[in-house]
Amino acid sequence: MILVLVETDAHGATETSQETLTFARELADRRGGLTLHALLVGPLADGITQAALTQLGEQGVSTVRHAQHEQLSSYAAGSWATAVATATESVSADIVMAAGTARGSEIMAHVATRLDATMAANVVAVDDVDPLTVSRQVMGGAVLEVMRVASVPAVLTVAGHAVDPRAAALPTQPHVEVFEPPLTESDVVGRVVRVEATEVDDTAALTGARVVVGAGRGAGSAHGFDDLLELSELLDGTLGVSRVVTSLGWRPHHEQVGQTGSRIAPDVYIACGISGAIQHWAGCQSAKTIIAINTDADAPMVTKAHYAVIGDLHEIVPAINEELRRRGS
Amino acid sequence: MTNVLVCIKRVPETSGQILLSQDGQSIDARHVGYTLSAHDECAVEQAIQIARSTDGEATVLTVGNDDSLEQIRNALAVGCTAAVLVEADTENFGPADVAAAIADAVRSRETDATTYDLILVGNDAADTGDFQVGVRLAYALGRPVLTGIGTVEVQDGTVVARGKGPEGTEVFELSLPAVIAVQEGGVEPRYPSIPGRMKAKRTPVDMVTASVSPVGNGRAALRLPPSQPSVVEVLGEGPAAATAVVDLLYKLGVAT
Ligand SMILES: Cc1cc2nc3c(=O)[nH]c(=O)nc-3n(C[C@H](O)[C@H](O)[C@H](O)COP(=O)(O)OP(=O)(O)OC[C@H]3O[C@@H](n4cnc5c(N)ncnc54)[C@H](O)[C@@H]3O)c2cc1C
Repeated sequence: MILVLVETDAHGATETSQETLTFARELADRRGGLTLHALLVGPLADGITQAALTQLGEQGVSTVRHAQHEQLSSYAAGSWATAVATATESVSADIVMAAGTARGSEIMAHVATRLDATMAANVVAVDDVDPLTVSRQVMGGAVLEVMRVASVPAVLTVAGHAVDPRAAALPTQPHVEVFEPPLTESDVVGRVVRVEATEVDDTAALTGARVVVGAGRGAGSAHGFDDLLELSELLDGTLGVSRVVTSLGWRPHHEQVGQTGSRIAPDVYIACGISGAIQHWAGCQSAKTIIAINTDADAPMVTKAHYAVIGDLHEIVPAINEELRRRGS
Repeated sequence: MTNVLVCIKRVPETSGQILLSQDGQSIDARHVGYTLSAHDECAVEQAIQIARSTDGEATVLTVGNDDSLEQIRNALAVGCTAAVLVEADTENFGPADVAAAIADAVRSRETDATTYDLILVGNDAADTGDFQVGVRLAYALGRPVLTGIGTVEVQDGTVVARGKGPEGTEVFELSLPAVIAVQEGGVEPRYPSIPGRMKAKRTPVDMVTASVSPVGNGRAALRLPPSQPSVVEVLGEGPAAATAVVDLLYKLGVAT
């Protein structure tokens, strides 16, 4: 049995949780048809539960366990971990998985510690099912580590965009079981006591954008972003930047793309004045099409891109904007 | 007075080209050098700020060999006031082993009447990216833990920590002692000053050994993802290429 912790957003199961379910289902099939269970935690609006159940059915989930407890109304890694550990033990799961998001990694670290299990973070592939051997991203994705996970249960987080979410051949009508995890005082000490609206935190806009206009040191200064912002507006996209840009204080940290920023997967990434260091690449490599604009024809971003324009972004970007406006974008 | 222990890790510099060792078991960083990961740098900065604002100590600790003295000295140069090197052959250490070694060092110092109210670690290491040392350490010490934290303030034995959540900035409140895993982005690490570097050279580093029977990291091998041959199509040079770019954007369906 494989158990997957499913995170939700306004549309039901998150994209990365659906990817994780696909990853889990394919692993379950390779292990000779293990069943696939999903876990939802805490109160959810009816519409979200319904949407999630449909999506979980499309992923071939047979049983959905839903942890409910009055203390689950605010997030605490400890309570979520108790929900996961309880579900894992009650069904004797062989493998327990979550998406390699901030929360997924945090909760699974608690779960692995409590169950005295080995955890493999940011897994991208299963090399062998018995003994379980996985490939996972290390060095920010620049290197893969082949790792044996000998413990039962094995605890895995799946790297974002490691697989595309795919529906199962036969959709299911998952059967829902509600349970109350035995939460303790120590589970809730680390709970969120309040959420403050961040000034303008467009992290979600960045990770979900169809078009991202990237800007690096080549922007030149904090005042060098006007044309880039205009381009992203014309394309109904979002600005994403390199770490140099946030370190220099030119743009806020939440716009950073990369190993220590957001991982993006837009249809088009237009990387302007970005060298394409491995840590930046780790965050943008899932873009379907990459267009690099750079003065240096040998910059890694240019050689790794699908398309490139060589030259000064401060001349090229305004020309693109003008052409877009002319054609009525 | 808050005594802060900040645990850091020496990691290969990854901005340049990455090479693997002959046996495929480790990163060959002889030519690129070593550094601290961005999360660790921010944890060090937090430790210094908290210790200074409460007249406490900021102690830097790492588990490793003499080579890690380079990273310890750098942390001392920016303002840590004491240092511990937990000597161990970490070659095959997994996150549980590192946490066990730190917990062992913390406990043995507690019996010598040195207590750390707050233990900070980097959220995940730039090389192995396990996301576990802080959590495993907290369980070993029986302390509460938070991860993914950008800023930490300590007031009268209470910690107010903030981190980025799905709906905005999440605020947590804990009483000390606690373990917190710091994520890049909340504070700006400072640069060392010349007097800071001088002081770092004179600060003694406490060498301790940890009794750990390692469970290991499960590593079978490292490999580089297959390098894709360049397929780049150069659309042109300078602003004259704008038409070709816009044609492409229409073709890709992102301009309308
Ligand atoms: C642990 C760790 C984590 C990291 N995490 C991240 C991360 O999450 N995200 C990230 O981005 N980086 C990260 N980095 C930093 C990364 O290694 C690089 O230093 C950084 O990405 C470089 O940013 P850049 O491309 O803007 O600058 P540079 O490398 O300086 O490149 C600037 C580029 O702009 C070009 N250029 C200059 N002027 C112009 C112009 N007028 N027009 C067009 N092109 C021009 C240059 O040819 C060059 O290619 C991390 C590093 C470490 C060690």
